Amino acid sequence: MTGEHEVTVTVNGRSRRSRVEPRRLLVDYLRHDLGLTGTHIGCEQGVCGACTVLLDGRTARSCLHFAVAVDGSDIRTVEDLADLDALHPIQEMFHQKHALQCGFCTPGFLLTTVELLESTPDPDEAAIREALMNNVCRCTGYANIVDAVAEAAVELRRGQQS
Amino acid sequence: MKPTPFSFVAPETLDEVVAALAAHGEDARILAGGQSLVPLMNLRLARPEVLVSINRCGELDYIRLSDDRLVVGALVRQIDAETSPLVQAECPLLAKGLRHVGLPATRNRGTVCGSLAHCDPLAELPAVALALEAELVLTSVAGERRVPAHDFFVADMTTCIEPGEIVSAVAFKRQDPSERSALLEVSNGGNVFPVGGVALRWASAGGTCTLARIAAFGVGSVAQRLVDAEDALVGTDLGPTAIAASVAAARNAVNPTGDMHADAEYRRHLVGVLLERGLLEGEGP
Repeated sequence: MTGEHEVTVTVNGRSRRSRVEPRRLLVDYLRHDLGLTGTHIGCEQGVCGACTVLLDGRTARSCLHFAVAVDGSDIRTVEDLADLDALHPIQEMFHQKHALQCGFCTPGFLLTTVELLESTPDPDEAAIREALMNNVCRCTGYANIVDAVAEAAVELRRGQQS
Repeated sequence: MKPTPFSFVAPETLDEVVAALAAHGEDARILAGGQSLVPLMNLRLARPEVLVSINRCGELDYIRLSDDRLVVGALVRQIDAETSPLVQAECPLLAKGLRHVGLPATRNRGTVCGSLAHCDPLAELPAVALALEAELVLTSVAGERRVPAHDFFVADMTTCIEPGEIVSAVAFKRQDPSERSALLEVSNGGNVFPVGGVALRWASAGGTCTLARIAAFGVGSVAQRLVDAEDALVGTDLGPTAIAASVAAARNAVNPTGDMHADAEYRRHLVGVLLERGLLEGEGP
């Protein structure tokens, strides 16, 4: 019971099995044990959203979960978005619309946007702003992020039609 | 690696959960969604020796009707209750309250029962539980006891849960379809705790108020039912005089404290403003 536990999770489509101490936070597991440093650590108390991942398809703070407690789960991180040669349409729109400056918060915003647009392909501005409450950005003032999400929604809908 | 070391168990049945709680007593904490507990552990304000995760207890993940009650099991995530057609039909006040809890990402993981057990004075759900005359189902190896919400919430972060017990379910009173309800709160921005709010439901027949249940949060050390404010409404026409009397009773009943977000007098004023707004504008945001 004390000591290490074996944990098996699917991360970005790949099954990973590890031994972890119970107090290993999911975000530290992703970054230190799996080397997936795209998920950032901000406040470590659930406020900022920099560490947002998709846990069984829904946004979750990876700093507020223990790896041992999500055994068996499916996890998607920002590394799952881009192909080797092309950005994900959401990333592309963040780039085009200047929706980031320092970029520290961006991985969390991207995954919040993935969740929103997978459930609501045509969100209005109120729905976008409601979803983006998940995440804190200290650079942009959010206006360009809202624009990027709206444009990404258009782009993704266009992609599905073609 | 912020939290202090702890042991971890993840039983698969309620019987195993309460056995683990009995074995570890006050050293054990329940881990459900963890959206309040894990921040406290990361800050080392909470240092449980043993975490008993209920995340494998599928039997605690249910929403069902039982006589005049809507019963929500311990593993029901806030988002799933918020979007449940059964909750929206039978306890619309609960669905309205849930929309204000935390953030979308924390509602994806946090549970209804977990928020009640945590008993944050700024949390919406304890006030919702008071207004819906909820009963908390506390289970231990000794069996089960049902505690009314007004006895369950004791003070800031303090409930009547004894060591060895888990809030295995909460049973809200089903709302009559003719009832109206509202949850209103004020906060200093989107991504923060509210400074105060009210949860209320009421009904009228033939122009006379037949039912009023009002609870406030953020205006004292724990969520509070405002019985005098209710009594000022029942039997009236819900006109301006009755509402003014109810607002005065509400302000008189609360005992807020001030902090950097709002002083005590602001909070006392606020509880009346929100109550009046709820009664006049009905459904609320």
